[in-house]
Amino acid sequence: MMSTLGKTRFPDIVNRCQPQLLADWVQNQLSAASFNNGLMRESELREQSRQFLHALGEAVEHGDLTDIEESHWDETREFLAAVSRSRALQGFTPNQTAMFVFSLKQPLFQLLRQELEKQPEALIDEILSITRLLDQLGLHTTEIYQKNREEIIYQQQQELMELSTPVVQLWQNILALPLIGTLDSARTQVVMETLLQKIVDTNAAIAIIDITGVPTVDTLVAQHLLKTVAAARLMGADCIISGIRPQIALTIVHLGVDLTDVITKATLADAFAIALQRTGASVAAAERA
Amino acid sequence: MERIPILQMGPFLLVSIQVDMHDQLAMTLQDDLTEQIVKARAKGVVIDISSLEVVDSFIGRILGNMAAMARVLDAETVVVGMQPAVAITLVELGLSLPGIRTALNIEKGMALLRHKLDAGGHRC
Repeated sequence: MMSTLGKTRFPDIVNRCQPQLLADWVQNQLSAASFNNGLMRESELREQSRQFLHALGEAVEHGDLTDIEESHWDETREFLAAVSRSRALQGFTPNQTAMFVFSLKQPLFQLLRQELEKQPEALIDEILSITRLLDQLGLHTTEIYQKNREEIIYQQQQELMELSTPVVQLWQNILALPLIGTLDSARTQVVMETLLQKIVDTNAAIAIIDITGVPTVDTLVAQHLLKTVAAARLMGADCIISGIRPQIALTIVHLGVDLTDVITKATLADAFAIALQRTGASVAAAERA
Repeated sequence: MERIPILQMGPFLLVSIQVDMHDQLAMTLQDDLTEQIVKARAKGVVIDISSLEVVDSFIGRILGNMAAMARVLDAETVVVGMQPAVAITLVELGLSLPGIRTALNIEKGMALLRHKLDAGGHRC
């Protein structure tokens, strides 16, 4: 389409009027209500804008403005991706991130208007092609932003998963597994794997599962607990479930969950005492001299 | 024919399964073990499955059967050294092997049996 129009003025304007364009654009972004001053310094914004205009200027020199997937747009796309990534980390909203590109339209159109005052038709054609280009670039930013956000969420999920299942060694041959938060199937799997691996590593004979931090115990959670206990038993380690609060004891009985095969204790201290007794160890107060 | 060795250690028998168990091998082991228990007048059996990476429902059942048969012949069975992955799989399959005693390794399994034997000795 560009070729039928003959020569477009866009590359010429971007490269010739770059300083003025940059000044107007930055001014525009700073004055926009959506720009959050707390998240980013003005100098950083100015630098990003300058680099983007520079990359854009280089890319449009190659002529084709219709498809940003082509190779001469690589640099521009990569730069935008970097901007998008850093903004996602800085806590910008998707709107604010996309506005980085879209806000270039206003100063650009103003310049074009001055340049092409006498040729309204050419002006409209220019505006059309530039809008199409900037829209593509803007959407590209949003897409990258979205991807980054998803990555961050996934990463946090993973970290949370690891954080929430520590297995600690209380004594020789005694492990404790303080569970905090709701138990679902995925977490039970992780809990089971870490516990069993730790049993192998430490040669533990007894594992105490403390459920003080588990807010509710329904049939599913109870089933998951029983599975963990059964798996530990298959490995040759006994399990004690501790930290059962009164309400939870109530629900367990109301639900008809059978915990008779498992040793249960109200507090971790009680469970620890039993575990010590079973492993043949004992704790006594030191005699005073 | 391929067989799994059964070793005698004092009053106990030690079965160490080092190869992948297929069904025929498991059946043969079951026969051999019962014969050996009678022949050696064993009081306990330790089955080491620490090299087994796959235990399916059939092998799980065979383990249960062996323990039950040994008990009829007055010998306690301890399965030792189960891998974490195997334990998880068995539990997910719904096989928690209720009749079988377990221990973490051979040493602990032997200690468990010896403890049982001593406790039983006082009774008769």
